[in-house]
Amino acid sequence: MTAVETRVDMSTSLGSVPIPSPVLTASGCSAFGRELEPFVDLAAIGAVVTKSVQLRPRSGRPTPRMAETPSGMLNSIGLQGPGIEGLLAEELPWLAERGVRAFVSIAGTRVEDFAELAERLRGVPGVLGLEVNISCPNVESRGEVFACDPVAASDVIAAVRAAADPAQPVYAKLSPDVTDIVGVARAVTAAGADGLSMINTLLGLVIDPDTMKPVLGGVTGGLSGPAIRPVALRCVWQVHQALPGVPILGMGGIRSGLDALQFVLAGASAVSVGTAVFNDPSAIGRIHEELAAALAARGFASLADAVGYAHR
Amino acid sequence: MTGLLTRPAPRASQPPVQSVVEVTGSRPVNAYVELTLAAPQIAERAEPGQFVAFAIGGDTSALLLRRSIAIAGTGGGVVTVVVAPHGPGSTWLAGLRQGDVVDVVGPLGRPFPMPEPGTPALLVGGGYGAAALAGLAERLQATGSPVSAVAGAASADRLSSVEELGRFAEQVVVTTDDGSAGRSGWVTDATAELVGSVGMVYACGPMGMLRAVGEQATAAGVPSYVAVEESMACGIGVCMTCVLPVIGEDGRTRFARSCAEGPVFGGDRVRFADVGTLPHDVVGADAMGVLPA
Repeated sequence: MTAVETRVDMSTSLGSVPIPSPVLTASGCSAFGRELEPFVDLAAIGAVVTKSVQLRPRSGRPTPRMAETPSGMLNSIGLQGPGIEGLLAEELPWLAERGVRAFVSIAGTRVEDFAELAERLRGVPGVLGLEVNISCPNVESRGEVFACDPVAASDVIAAVRAAADPAQPVYAKLSPDVTDIVGVARAVTAAGADGLSMINTLLGLVIDPDTMKPVLGGVTGGLSGPAIRPVALRCVWQVHQALPGVPILGMGGIRSGLDALQFVLAGASAVSVGTAVFNDPSAIGRIHEELAAALAARGFASLADAVGYAHR
Repeated sequence: MTGLLTRPAPRASQPPVQSVVEVTGSRPVNAYVELTLAAPQIAERAEPGQFVAFAIGGDTSALLLRRSIAIAGTGGGVVTVVVAPHGPGSTWLAGLRQGDVVDVVGPLGRPFPMPEPGTPALLVGGGYGAAALAGLAERLQATGSPVSAVAGAASADRLSSVEELGRFAEQVVVTTDDGSAGRSGWVTDATAELVGSVGMVYACGPMGMLRAVGEQATAAGVPSYVAVEESMACGIGVCMTCVLPVIGEDGRTRFARSCAEGPVFGGDRVRFADVGTLPHDVVGADAMGVLPA
């Protein structure tokens, strides 16, 4: 690698909250951060985006929960987690003691669930903001996923924004499994979202040719990894073009600094690294360094200068 | 409190490291390939029962998930593993040659808890699972435990680590399903004869074998620890794919990660019959809509 001056200003923000690095973990891909401690300086990264938490502890689905796919994987974990009590008692204090910023992903099956979670997280030390996982089935709408309906998605975001700590930005995590992602983005922004996380996994299926049955216990699963990167990048591009003032946390198959750069150029002001962590537990720190070097090599003095550059 | 014979295996004493290491040797052993790696940081930290997780195929590989393999030996800064090629990832690993480099994370997982010094121990390995027991046999012998071992496989070419076990065990019984080596039959035929004369049983191998050996030990009132071979995506505890229903210290069953809470579990703590299902009494099953019948 050629020696490049990498004193690029990498600071950015989530909503109005400044963070020193634009590279974050992705929800569901780094648990609550602890396991990465041997590999990453957690206090130096943008934030740990936690695994989605719900009100009650959840066992998650039976195995098998995972199938490897070309440049990606399919997962059906079922949001296994300790519930809000466990998060508040065990995980968030661990992060706060170490000065690690937590961006807490919340999930539920009713609008009130989301609002209650936001309420419980008000003023909790170390909680930088909330990412609202609306890719969950809505029990009040025959299991239709909130994120696939602009009205249901807006209802959740409005309730969360109203209940949440005003100092904590609220990001809506959008699903790519919609015909018009810009429409959903407009709706949740109008409902008060301070930013957008995009994208969640795409719904997929793998059948085992030997058993001739679906591999996953949950039948379908979420597709992630570099296989979905062009889809994610297209979503970020379209939404940034339509809503250039709305901050975007970009994600979907980022594996290298140059992958992250593409998301920044398309309009993301920060990125989450998910499935790549399974391949390389040091990925978050490495991608920060690679992105800084890539920006420097292209003459950018700051990350902010590069956000949305591909549109100009 | 729970009436079980084991306590959950404690965490390892040292955290893992990630490094790109050189392959110092590759040799076919029956149906498997034994790889040696110059990995001093991993070797000095590793304890018997732990594993390493390999990245497959380099930085641009389309196979993203790590492959986890039990550590078969450590010494002189070298880590040894036995690779059983079956899918594209393990076949790539088995094709590594001296001088190649590979990205490896380890040591991972919880090691086998050691018994009181001098406790007679029975080690039971199925197929390449026997490789995970070689380091344990050495440590047990060093702490004064008389070691008996059973190594079994479907056929002679699927046996592993018989010689290594023989260095530290007072006896090694070999069984094969087809009688092509040792006694004809299953490992459980041999363990049934030996389990009554030991104070601790350790096993590594296929799930069905672990279940059978664990049940034999428990029925004889002997504590057992089993190292499971569950497929993992990350190996470090973040992906939540490798879970099994395991009874915790408090007597409640949780979906426990084979990589982080395992791979070594009390043989009487894994609910083998419920693997692949969601029993109603797993912590958090109610939130999934699973209720008692």
